Amino acid sequence: MEPQTQTKAKVERSGSLAILRFEGDVTSASKEAVLGTYDKLAPETKEILLDFSKVQYLNSSGIALVIQLLMEANKSGHKVQTFGLTPHFQKVFTMLGLTKYTSLHPNELAAKAAFGG
Amino acid sequence: MSGAPTGTEQAVTTELRVPSRLGFEKVAMSTAATVAEMMGFSEDRVEDLKTAVAEACINAIEHGNRLDASQTVLVILSIAENTLEVKIVDRGFGTGKKPIQTPNIDRKMHGEEELRGMGMFLIKSLVDEAEWVSDKRGGSYARLAIHLDREKGVSDGASDSN
Repeated sequence: MEPQTQTKAKVERSGSLAILRFEGDVTSASKEAVLGTYDKLAPETKEILLDFSKVQYLNSSGIALVIQLLMEANKSGHKVQTFGLTPHFQKVFTMLGLTKYTSLHPNELAAKAAFGG
Repeated sequence: MSGAPTGTEQAVTTELRVPSRLGFEKVAMSTAATVAEMMGFSEDRVEDLKTAVAEACINAIEHGNRLDASQTVLVILSIAENTLEVKIVDRGFGTGKKPIQTPNIDRKMHGEEELRGMGMFLIKSLVDEAEWVSDKRGGSYARLAIHLDREKGVSDGASDSN
């Protein structure tokens, strides 16, 4: 029996922008959903939005995968904005310093606007 | 089972055992949240507790019981007038006296620090009291407590420097 809810990840593309929409749990079991999805992004991708609005459960192992994604995005020159986190996880991301590498936004519109242009 | 976490009132306790399988920490998390809500903790304190309990259970499952499905993690919730104490008991030897590291995002981003290993820092930051107690014979526990009369002030950006 596998008690962990599967993580779903969906990608929406619009020009050089890719939106990664996560759903379910983001845990140590989410490597393929988080990093696998990132690795498969089209080469022309320049901006990435991370959507956590349908994530029900997030733990430190899942956050470690998000940090790894940010690490890879940083190396590749991708800009990353994040939205849809609950106030609690906005606080947790801030405590852990992730906001140095991705800004947190209340919704998709604000996150998109943060790319400018 | 221990007595009241603080004060002199008789504690009311609830116990549950969860299998040493990742994912079952959510059962403990939900139970702790239900009890905290019953006691009147605010929504943000309940969310803090949920994360702290989940992380403590994950540590117990992964490190204490080494994912051994034949072992369970015992979770004891003790309610006193103003305090909710949660003990998460496993069969391991505990963390010893290892200090809790504040995660450093820059070091992580540069591959100089393990990506994982943030759980104990989160636990310590999110509850009013956190301690880890080891028994040399095997069997250790994490004890977390939150108090109704205290607002937890969490400092943001703890890991941004260095």
